[in-house]
Amino acid sequence: MIAPLALDVAHLFAGGLVLVSFMLLYQDRMTGLINTFALHALVVSLSVAWQAYIQHAPHLYITAAIALGIKAVVIPIALHRIIRRLGIHRTIEPVVGIGLTMLAGIGLIALSIMVMLPITAQAGTLAREDLSFALSVILLGLLMMISRRNAVSQVVGFMSIENGLILAATGAKGMPLVVEISVAFSILVALIVIGIFLFRIRERFETVDIHLLHEHRGEQP
Amino acid sequence: MALEVLLWCNAALLAAGAAGLLLARRQGATPLVYGASLCITLVALVAAVVSLLAPGSLGATRVLPVGLPWLGAHFRLDALSAFFLVVINLGGAAASLFALGYGRHEETPGRVLPFYPAFLAGMNLVLIAADAFTFLFAWEFMSLSSWALVMAHHRRPGNAAAGYLYLLMASFGTLALLLAFGLLAGPSGGYAFDAIRQAPPSAGIAAVVLVLALIGAGSKAGLVPLHVWLPLAHPAAPTHVSALMSGVMTKVAVYGFVRIVFDLLGPPAWWWGALVPLVGGITAVMGVLYALMQNDLKRLLAYSTVENVGIIFIGLGLALAFEANEMTGAAALALTAALLHAFNHSLFKSLLFFGAGAVLTSTGERDMERLGGLIHRMPRTAFACLVGAAAISALPPFNGFVSEWLTFQAILLSPALPQWLLKFLVPAVGALLALSAALSGACFVKAFGITFLGRPRTPVASEAVETDRFSLAAMFTLAALCLLAGILPGYFIDALAPVGQALTGANLPRQEQLDWLTIVPIAQSRSSYNGLLLFFFIVLSASVAAEVVHRFASAASRRSDAWDCGFPDSSPATQYSAGSFSQPIRRVFGSVVFRAREEVDLPAPGDGRAARLQVRLRDVPWDVLYAPIARLVGFIAGHLNRLQFLTIRGYLTLVFGALVTLLMVLTVWQ
Amino acid sequence: MILDAFVQLGQMMVVLALAPLLAGYVRKLKALLLGRKGPPLLQPYRDLLRLLRKEVVLAHSASWLFRVAPYLIFAATWVAAALVPTFATGLLFSYAADMIAIVALLGSARFMLALAGLDVGTSFGGIGSSREMMIASLAEPAMLMVVFTVALLAGSTQLSTIAAFMQGPGVGLRVSLAMALVALVMVALAENARIPVDNPATHLELTMVHEAMILEYSGRHLAMIELASFVKLLLYLSVIGCVFAPWGIAVSGQGLAAYLGGLAAYAGKLAVGGFLLAVFETAIAKMRVFRVSDFLGAALMLGVLATLLLFVSRIA
Repeated sequence: MIAPLALDVAHLFAGGLVLVSFMLLYQDRMTGLINTFALHALVVSLSVAWQAYIQHAPHLYITAAIALGIKAVVIPIALHRIIRRLGIHRTIEPVVGIGLTMLAGIGLIALSIMVMLPITAQAGTLAREDLSFALSVILLGLLMMISRRNAVSQVVGFMSIENGLILAATGAKGMPLVVEISVAFSILVALIVIGIFLFRIRERFETVDIHLLHEHRGEQP
Repeated sequence: MALEVLLWCNAALLAAGAAGLLLARRQGATPLVYGASLCITLVALVAAVVSLLAPGSLGATRVLPVGLPWLGAHFRLDALSAFFLVVINLGGAAASLFALGYGRHEETPGRVLPFYPAFLAGMNLVLIAADAFTFLFAWEFMSLSSWALVMAHHRRPGNAAAGYLYLLMASFGTLALLLAFGLLAGPSGGYAFDAIRQAPPSAGIAAVVLVLALIGAGSKAGLVPLHVWLPLAHPAAPTHVSALMSGVMTKVAVYGFVRIVFDLLGPPAWWWGALVPLVGGITAVMGVLYALMQNDLKRLLAYSTVENVGIIFIGLGLALAFEANEMTGAAALALTAALLHAFNHSLFKSLLFFGAGAVLTSTGERDMERLGGLIHRMPRTAFACLVGAAAISALPPFNGFVSEWLTFQAILLSPALPQWLLKFLVPAVGALLALSAALSGACFVKAFGITFLGRPRTPVASEAVETDRFSLAAMFTLAALCLLAGILPGYFIDALAPVGQALTGANLPRQEQLDWLTIVPIAQSRSSYNGLLLFFFIVLSASVAAEVVHRFASAASRRSDAWDCGFPDSSPATQYSAGSFSQPIRRVFGSVVFRAREEVDLPAPGDGRAARLQVRLRDVPWDVLYAPIARLVGFIAGHLNRLQFLTIRGYLTLVFGALVTLLMVLTVWQ
Repeated sequence: MILDAFVQLGQMMVVLALAPLLAGYVRKLKALLLGRKGPPLLQPYRDLLRLLRKEVVLAHSASWLFRVAPYLIFAATWVAAALVPTFATGLLFSYAADMIAIVALLGSARFMLALAGLDVGTSFGGIGSSREMMIASLAEPAMLMVVFTVALLAGSTQLSTIAAFMQGPGVGLRVSLAMALVALVMVALAENARIPVDNPATHLELTMVHEAMILEYSGRHLAMIELASFVKLLLYLSVIGCVFAPWGIAVSGQGLAAYLGGLAAYAGKLAVGGFLLAVFETAIAKMRVFRVSDFLGAALMLGVLATLLLFVSRIA
């Protein structure tokens, strides 16, 4: 059986991930957002490493290393470079104000807990908590994507969803290394493609504000 | 015995109303009617207090041969009625005392004097009614007499519309209650409360009755979104009547809800404990946010009543949740907290309305933007209102804090609830309660600060005079009671014990034997509060500090101009106004809740005209709920109006068509 | 009984005596971190004595409320601080007020301060009062949600019981407590008028909140209000120490040695807390006023989140 203190530490990391997802909703500057995302990836890698330790599943260490290396170091540096090169406007405008977004975030977390806990009544404590928190992180990432007008923040939201999936998979007794590597690789490819698109959009329209781009969609009313 | 006394008191009140009608033109009518009301309500108060403190005498019933022939009029005095009789008659006595001074300024006493004792009688009769017919009759009587009082100054702009809306909402509420009682009586038609208690309805019917009771009683109490009449009607009436409507009539509505849901309806379902606190929490926050946006003193107080009714319903909803899960001790705590808050609110709301009335008679103004500096001109009124403002903001050592503290303690018992929705909802409602308490502090800093402090903004404010001694006596009595209920809460909690016992079957621990008059709602190790010690320590520390400083340091002072960062401006227009005080909160909360938008019209440099600031607020329940319904009703009425103008042949065709349709229905049914 | 009363009185005096020292310590540390020498540690005591001896200048439009308010503010804050366990729990009158009552007592002090700001009738007082009430309307619920989280966990709102629970084995490392601590720190920064919410050293009118309300005060009145704000800072650090770092607190009745040990532990906690505060204030810039509402809204949401997450942890 897993010792209570070990469970508490795992719980602390998972809850910390939810907290950092919440902090992502609070940011109104681009640099702050990317740094918070780096923190998000760091917390998820620490969480996975701890789970590797207590579940005695060494392949999870590799998952943690991949998350740390790619998502906490490489991608944030790349994003910082992109926004410097593009010279994008540095503040992020939320659609409905930060207070309301945070309130919606709380509601989503309550919803995930209320959904996940009764469903997983048969599973072990660790799995139940991880799944509830993972669903919260996924929903908060989606909320981030729909409540911001800025393309870069949508990218960050998308990648935080993937961190939530990693948490869910480790909680449900680990995931095969092959799956993890392929998922991480596809995320990296997606990021490169999005980066290229951002450059093109910026060149063409002088902005990456989604709302303004909407006018150029080509569908006539 | 007490019940007979109360029935005679009501008869005496009706006689006083008749006397008011007959003698209205005479000189001595005003002191006669109000003096009589004061004495009668004091007698009723004493009777109610005696029966509450001696629970053995409760439960007496009487049947009078008035009303419906096969039913009669049942009257009963039990613990719940006795408690609310204390609240009503205390408020009524205070209002009558205030009116002895205030009523002298009434231009048309003939419109007020007959209806005032009738209003008091109606409220008392609702509380002792023991069958549905008497209850509804007294309820309507109360509504109509208060409507007449609202229309007393019907020529003033806005009052006629307020009266019309009040009548509409009151009738709608009575209709809901009528349907509720009809469902409760069931097909056998037993309308006496005893008969209804013997036959609790099924779960589906009980759910419908709960919703109807919430609508019917809630519209009279002021739950959102049924509150729209309250801020229009309460300020339109004369001040002592406004105090009665806000402080006392809303409690009669709370009584109605408690009687139907806790007493007549049988065991509650768990989801009632989710619906009622949620409605209460939303009402509390919306009420205080509305209040913060107001510049009219009386309207601000009316919206604050909405907030406090929300707090009472939070407590009642928690009691339902605990009762449904058979946690009777917790249910008793939540119910005690709600009822204690009802009592406390009647005290400080009446006090604040009396203060607003005093300001109105002294200056003729209700708009805070035209007042200011009244603490120098009306010092005693200002002191009493300061006590009222501190009490309503739930500040220790006053009484508002005690009932809010008890509600928080009830909320902290929520982890024991088994349902997940309740486990999450109750702390969320606790957050709403905390938010409304903090916002009400801001609201009353604004109300007291802008009205009484600062410099006078208009000449009327700089020439105000203190009010008469009756008004001051009423205000100081209520202020003293606010302090007493705050520092000796144990006695009040013990007095409420019979009510909790009757409705939930459990009790809080007896408070009066505890050391130093502390109150312990659940267990000593869990939580305790001692208002007396806090009050004593604060007064002692302040006095000792003042004495030490004056003796050993300096006691010198001199008067000079204000520092104002070196740019003192003698115009009082440069100080903060009511609108500017609430601007930060309007910007943070109001932009979401009311779609508050500010428009500034600044002239170009060199143009000498004044700048304009316009604040637009949208009342969301009105726009979303009431305005479309009003349009629909107007549309239908407009089309149905054509029935007025048919020819004789047209009417004959209608009669013919109805007859043929009925015959066809009869054929099919066979 | 008499001894218990003396210990309680001792706590009140300790709180009063240490408060200016704490403020001076934080100021000195901030100066050192900025590369200056800074004022002496005991400067706040000298400032208070100087103010106490000066004559009070009252505006013509100031009322009796203006003159009474400083003493009431001081009394409410001092009584609240005296009820928070510093070196020992379970003191004679500690059951008179629990966490909720302490929060409400601070609310009383704030109510009087806001009214005093409006009393003279200048625009600066109005700025301070209206902003203070906006900040309070979010900070007080956030504080209450922190109290809820801790109380739901410890089964009581009494600080003595909470401290005993937190020292015991039943606690573990809970994420709800971590969130509650973060929310409490955010509220403490806002309530004590510290950066990033308000600058305690500023005299620029449009950036001040607390300073704007007390702009018209002078002499002994100003001394009482300054002392009250020192005591308030001490109170918040004591609460954080008592709830989240309760090690070393003596229990009432354990004897003088235990009390002295508790006092040493308390002084250590104040030193660490003051150091962290100074580092934080030096590292961060002040927020603009309407970002403060987002900041405190986040604290409120953290408090609610901490309460919700309590139901997730340690489920069987």
